[in-house]
Amino acid sequence: MDLNYSAEDEAFRAQVRTFLAENLPADLQEKVRGHLRLAKEDYVRWHKIVAKQGWAAPAWPAEYGGPGWNAVQRHIWEDECARAGTPPILPFGVNMVAPVIMAFGNEAQKAHYLPRILNCDDWWCQGYSEPGSGSDLASLKTTAVRDGEHYIVNGQKTWTTLGQHADMIFCLVRTDPSVRKQEGISFLLIDMKSPGVTVRPIIMLDEEHEVNEVFFDNVKVPVQNLIGQENKGWTYAKYLLGHERTGIAAVGRSKRELLFLKRLALRQQKDGKPLLDDPAFAAKVANIEIELMALEVTVLRTIAQEHQAPGPQASVLKVRGSEIQQMLAELMVEALGPAALPFDPAYLEGESEHAAGGDAEAAPLAAYYFNLRKTSIYGGSNEIQKNIIAQMILGL
Amino acid sequence: MDFDFKEEQQQFADALRRWIDKDYSFEARRKIVHSGAGVSEQAWQTLVDLGMTALPVPEAQGGFNGSAVDMLVVMQELGRGLVVEPYFATVLGAHFLALAGGQEELLEKVAAGGLKLACALNEPHARHALNDIVVRATGSGKDFALSGMKSAVIHGAQAGALIVSARTGGDQHDTDGISLFLVDADTSGLVIKDCRTLDGQRVASITFDHAPATLLGSEGQGWPLLEAGADYGATLLCAEAVGAMDALFAATLEYLKTRKQFGTPIGSFQALQHRMADMFIHLEQARSMAMLAAAKVASPDAEERRRVVSAAKARVGQAATFIGQQAVQLHGGMGVTDELAAAHHFKRLTMIGLTLGDAQHHLERFAAQPGFREAA
Repeated sequence: MDLNYSAEDEAFRAQVRTFLAENLPADLQEKVRGHLRLAKEDYVRWHKIVAKQGWAAPAWPAEYGGPGWNAVQRHIWEDECARAGTPPILPFGVNMVAPVIMAFGNEAQKAHYLPRILNCDDWWCQGYSEPGSGSDLASLKTTAVRDGEHYIVNGQKTWTTLGQHADMIFCLVRTDPSVRKQEGISFLLIDMKSPGVTVRPIIMLDEEHEVNEVFFDNVKVPVQNLIGQENKGWTYAKYLLGHERTGIAAVGRSKRELLFLKRLALRQQKDGKPLLDDPAFAAKVANIEIELMALEVTVLRTIAQEHQAPGPQASVLKVRGSEIQQMLAELMVEALGPAALPFDPAYLEGESEHAAGGDAEAAPLAAYYFNLRKTSIYGGSNEIQKNIIAQMILGL
Repeated sequence: MDFDFKEEQQQFADALRRWIDKDYSFEARRKIVHSGAGVSEQAWQTLVDLGMTALPVPEAQGGFNGSAVDMLVVMQELGRGLVVEPYFATVLGAHFLALAGGQEELLEKVAAGGLKLACALNEPHARHALNDIVVRATGSGKDFALSGMKSAVIHGAQAGALIVSARTGGDQHDTDGISLFLVDADTSGLVIKDCRTLDGQRVASITFDHAPATLLGSEGQGWPLLEAGADYGATLLCAEAVGAMDALFAATLEYLKTRKQFGTPIGSFQALQHRMADMFIHLEQARSMAMLAAAKVASPDAEERRRVVSAAKARVGQAATFIGQQAVQLHGGMGVTDELAAAHHFKRLTMIGLTLGDAQHHLERFAAQPGFREAA
């Protein structure tokens, strides 16, 4: 057992740090570190910078333009990006639809979509969830009926993250209603500009437009946009679940937020002394820090077993990772006290330079806390993750 | 980075497990626990034969110079098997001797299995504070005499020699003025009262009345030694706790799959499934921290050592409380009887939590390290 990074790993880390120091635009870094909301251009700008370096899709095989990194290197990359405060490379194209296209798409699909995903020429979103199917994904009702060289799609998707910017959506649709619910599903790529597609914003509890409903009203989709075989979509969707999921722990991001929290608690005063020196508050921070130390090792242990499928083990990472993110945000708000009350959406969206409440650091944090309540719900709620642990790992 | 154990480490573990399965069954252990001595000479001899006493001792004294990671593997098995022999106390004592230097002969004896040690570090008023010391030492050179009282000395009555913390200077809570001593168990001025613990171990209260003692290390400079040794001990206890939690978790899982109520295994109930998932998450997080502590306890950076060991002892302690209590709950009525090993693992885990600093103590110690604040 040796828990140290190798000299090669450390050299790689240094290379990544140099790249980030030289290429991460200061305004983007400031936004990310300061919990401000990112615009479409922010995501695209950063994605293209990374793509130019050839690092936009760390997990892709080299033949499709991946950098050929091993799992530890990918972890270091994510860790350093989080530490620096880069915008995220959104997962919908690079980590979700691309692996499915690589594994099950035809040559024409690979040749067309993969380079465009790599370079962020198309903005992708995910069409899985429906109003009636949350955790019971396979119960989805959106239909696709074959009509000559097209499918006619009708139905509704929801919780479509950043779908308001999207050029393309990958969807699970029902192509055969007569068989068992998992067996009649297909995996379809749909152009968001197609006639009959309507996007309606869902405003979240922090008043952010982050997710959407997407309606399909007799949308004509060319049959060339079907991935793999008709009615095999559930297999492809499940394939994704076992894929590259240690990032879900968000350890790097939580490490950055822990430092932010500590700085905040040093700044905030209680009885004339820094709040971080208050034993009760310090104990809460220490508890999270220790949980995060443990989670980092648990992530590395999972990565070290990469020859085995990480599948259900990722559920452990998701549960704890999401809870840690939430606890950190909760403590930020607790540290602020009444200073967390003023809300200034214009400042959050980057439309005004000064926060209405006068405290730029504090201004986004209540919204941030509310926003992060999603982490234990999305991507399979934590209750579903516990079902997975109980059934897939423990055999209950 | 590598999280696997070496082949020799696995062999040590396998040998221990085979012996425990064959000769140290739950019933055999019960007899030992309720015997007058509370430990078994035969079991000790087996541990010696398996190389366990030599494992942590430096090579120059006939040992294998085993690392904390080697010891992790061993302690996990002893925790799994609920072994009550004075192994932890002896290994910790040997570690103090190795850290202090100058006691090569005794270390040779330990390695060969001819000497058991115990560490008298607690005082009745001190709770978890190892610097809260009123036992006085007077003397000069290497020869001192100790007066005062130590309590909750693990396997104190089963040891041939004691490592004792005492004050040669300073006030009650000072870290300056602490010295470590070696005391022969048969020496004059010593009254050792043996007592059982609920988890089947033994602890002693020891009264010193001008008891002859030999100074270990430098006079008044014992604190760094005491802290480093205690951190090593806490690391061993984390590993033992992980072994005990592994066994307890496995027993509970098995019970959920076999125990039927309302015509179905109780493990099919979602409320219980989620409880098991929570226990599993605690166990994995605790295992990670026990590994990290074993990897870092020998760090030359004392703050890093303190930080990681305290994090581990705190996290393992939280996991032990959760897993212990939930395992008993999930076993239902059987869980609160003396008949199942599960209850005994729970008791052992609880006592480990109270030894060398509980979760709260280590949480506070973690937050008190300069780096906790400076990192911001």
